Amino acid sequence: MLLIPCPWCGDRDETEFHYGGQAGVSYPARPADLSDEDWGEYLFVRDNPKGPLAERWSHSAGCRRWFSITRNTATNEIVR
Amino acid sequence: MRLPEGGRIDRTKPLRFTVDGIEYTGCAGDTLASAMIANGLLEVAPSAYLGRPRGIFAAGVDEPNALVQLDDPMQLATTTELVDGLEATLLSGKGKLTGEADEARYDKRNVHCDVLVVGGGPAGVAAALAAGRTGARVILADEQRELGGGLLTENRLLDWLADAVEELDALPETRILTGTTAFGYYDQNFVALAEKHRLWHVRAKRVVLATGAHERPLVFVDNDLPGIMLSSAVRQYVNRYAALPGENIVVATTNDAAYGTAFDLATRISTIVDSRPEPPAGLVQQARELGIEVLAGAQVQQALGTRRIGGVRVGDRTIACDLLAVSGGWNPAVHLFSQSQGRTRYDERVAAFVPDTSVQAQHIVGAANAVYDLAGCLREGFDAGLDAARLTGFDGAQPQAPYTATETVAPPAPVWFVDGPEDRQFVDLQRDATVADVRRATGAGMRSVEHVKRYTTIGTAHDQGKTSGFAAIGVIAQLLGADGPQGTTTYRPPYTPVSFALLAGRDRGELHDPVRMTPMHEWHVRNGAVFENVGQWKRPWYYPLPGEDMKTAVLRECRAARTSVAVMDASTLGKIDIQGPDAGEFLNRMYTNAFAKLKVGHCRYGLLCKADGMVFDDGVVMRVAENRFLATTTTGNAAAVLDWFEEWAQTEWPDLKVWFTSVTEQWATIAVVGPQARTVLSIVAPDVDCSAESFEFMTFRDVALADGTPARIARVSFSGELAFEINVAGRHGAEVWKAVMATGLPTPYGTETMHVLRAEKGYVIVGQDTDGTVTPQDLGMEWIVSPRKDFVGKRSYQRPDAARPDRKQLVGLLPVDPDDLLPEGAQLITPDTPLTPPVPMLGHVTSSYHSAALERTFALALVKGGRQLIGRTVLAPLRDRTIAATVTEPIFYDPEGTRRDG
Ligand SMILES: [Zn+2]
Repeated sequence: MLLIPCPWCGDRDETEFHYGGQAGVSYPARPADLSDEDWGEYLFVRDNPKGPLAERWSHSAGCRRWFSITRNTATNEIVR
Repeated sequence: MRLPEGGRIDRTKPLRFTVDGIEYTGCAGDTLASAMIANGLLEVAPSAYLGRPRGIFAAGVDEPNALVQLDDPMQLATTTELVDGLEATLLSGKGKLTGEADEARYDKRNVHCDVLVVGGGPAGVAAALAAGRTGARVILADEQRELGGGLLTENRLLDWLADAVEELDALPETRILTGTTAFGYYDQNFVALAEKHRLWHVRAKRVVLATGAHERPLVFVDNDLPGIMLSSAVRQYVNRYAALPGENIVVATTNDAAYGTAFDLATRISTIVDSRPEPPAGLVQQARELGIEVLAGAQVQQALGTRRIGGVRVGDRTIACDLLAVSGGWNPAVHLFSQSQGRTRYDERVAAFVPDTSVQAQHIVGAANAVYDLAGCLREGFDAGLDAARLTGFDGAQPQAPYTATETVAPPAPVWFVDGPEDRQFVDLQRDATVADVRRATGAGMRSVEHVKRYTTIGTAHDQGKTSGFAAIGVIAQLLGADGPQGTTTYRPPYTPVSFALLAGRDRGELHDPVRMTPMHEWHVRNGAVFENVGQWKRPWYYPLPGEDMKTAVLRECRAARTSVAVMDASTLGKIDIQGPDAGEFLNRMYTNAFAKLKVGHCRYGLLCKADGMVFDDGVVMRVAENRFLATTTTGNAAAVLDWFEEWAQTEWPDLKVWFTSVTEQWATIAVVGPQARTVLSIVAPDVDCSAESFEFMTFRDVALADGTPARIARVSFSGELAFEINVAGRHGAEVWKAVMATGLPTPYGTETMHVLRAEKGYVIVGQDTDGTVTPQDLGMEWIVSPRKDFVGKRSYQRPDAARPDRKQLVGLLPVDPDDLLPEGAQLITPDTPLTPPVPMLGHVTSSYHSAALERTFALALVKGGRQLIGRTVLAPLRDRTIAATVTEPIFYDPEGTRRDG
């Protein structure tokens, strides 16, 4: 079980969190202006590296804040 | 036999036990296996597949043969502590469950510590001492009942060990857990420990792995005969338990360690067969002085005998013996290290996989790190323990080592198997798998040890390959002519078997999952409600009267709602309080329809979609004040919707001033439904003018009930009938419900009737009529998708996929036979579809009921291009018959909506 550093509450067990996928994929400012391909890219395509990945978590069973961490997907090492 | 003296058993405390019904006597301090050996009982149950005789082979968790049935199935005789009255039955490979629940009480503990030391041998005890003396919080866990590990086998440093244990016991921040196996090592130093009745979840700042090493067997012809035993096991039985497994012993080895066994048992050892052409001269010299012959560069080719070993063949020679002690080298016990993502590499020097790189805050020391001399183990332990403590903010002095003599361990010369019949050279004793089986696997083209493992089943039995794993790796390498062992299989938890009862702890039965009950729950129970689980909630499903079955009860409840008045406990609906000057703007961006201009005191039904445009949740939203809304969600989705709101507010629009609070439990909600709803209201809330003109549909007001209880009454309807929802603070829920019932008018109804009523109106239940692939347009709800404003998911309706004519659309179904009930989930096809697989499916039934109002059955379904099929017939082929149904509009009752005003 991961030990995840919530920036508000400190280190907590993974069971208190909700995974939010890759970080840094922001909602397009003007979705209507996007081509179908670009909108599809936003909806469905995410990086899947073996190694460091910036990802979002929500401390859903705690303070409910969303935050980002970098986790190595091969080793589960977490870097704030 | 039992030796007259020595060992760590208590001869003054005899213990009686039985094996297969025959009575024996052992001593306190024995394991079942050592007591069996002391009673001359070496043979155990025959092998599982070939029925070959087998004997006790090891002395610990690596035992492949000596399985016994106790109260628990499949225990190892070698790890079972002897107790008075123990009754064991020998097992061939597999045990049986008793079929009865385990009534013992199991507990869990969650603990944090600075340093967790796994393994209580010399390295582990040294690490715990060094760390414990600094004042750090230390846990030392060892699977054995007594600390000491190899020291107890080798009879060394026992005085130091006794002092160390005493000191550790006295350290206030150090906890010793014996009889406790660290079986799983997970991320960020989360380690699971299994004590007999207690599961420990340990989160450690540093972990010191001192898990020791496992001795490897040797593979030769008939190497499975009883009387063949790991050399370290022989030494342990003699030194620790004073149990002598044989009188005339031959030792076969590839390395130095077995010489220790030979020297401890000198008078009973005739020969050491060493695979190395030049064993260390000092050891050979010492053996000769003890009268032991050393055959260098030699191997045992075959064991002789039928039910028990009678001799061995070494080259041309036959040497008589009644016990063969084997040592094929040593494997560092890297199981936990590997589970923790540590990587191993093959080290020629010790002919084993050794720890290489690690990713966690850990140290690995002693034999687990392929350090086999005692002084080296102690030094590594002390260093790691002190390092670990320092890294967690403590400090202390370097302990004084009790033993520093240099012992050079000479390199081993591994042998993988011999010339001779390969189907009698056993690699995995538990799986009866031989060199011939491995050759079949490599002959079939397998190269990877992972593939060979699955092809041959080697390493998949109870012992998970503790003795067989490396033997297989060596055999594969030799068969493939490889340069040496190529890799191991993946180590996964648990290290040793763990019972489900221990993992479950007290989370069984009622405590398995929290149960949520509404404030009115007691009343429902007393009035005979049958409950259904909705998430963790208990909701009344229906309220049968004496003699009624479910169908009759539901038809009666439905009739009451449509013709007089009925009430439902709707408290479980999720409720989110939304506040802030940007609350309206936020809801506008989330819901498909507009909320920014909703008037205070009004309600609006809203639909939520994910960014892909698919329906996610729905519910009524009230505007309580200019900057305050109350949104309801489906019962099962309350937490998910709150998460969803938080996600968008925090990560995409942090500039919006809006905040959310779950208030699901704060409110109790009573839905009063039916043409006589106003009569009930006039008694319960006499001061409220609830006429159609005064109290408009989709408005609410805050009022006082007859007894003064503050309430929020909303005119909303999920049934098409005139309906009011009385919301009161949760603590008033039970009394207000009783007051409503005391009017003598309403019939209570449950979720089943609610489902029927809404389906008659074509209202969907998110999660029943939708499944995450359904758009509002698929549901025929274009009216709720605002063309003017943007919202999350809107762009997706311009995707070509959203416009496909063969998208599944919501339609109604009327079975041709009005008494036929379509099963929910039934697949639908066109009438001309041949029933030869694969049958192309048209869609499926999502909701299906008997209707009192329609006096017939009806259903809702998702059907490809369904709206084009209205008026046509579709078929639902079931196991034993086919139901034909006509496709209709998904609204069956009061399509004009005339009934909602009463
Ligand atoms: Zn937090």
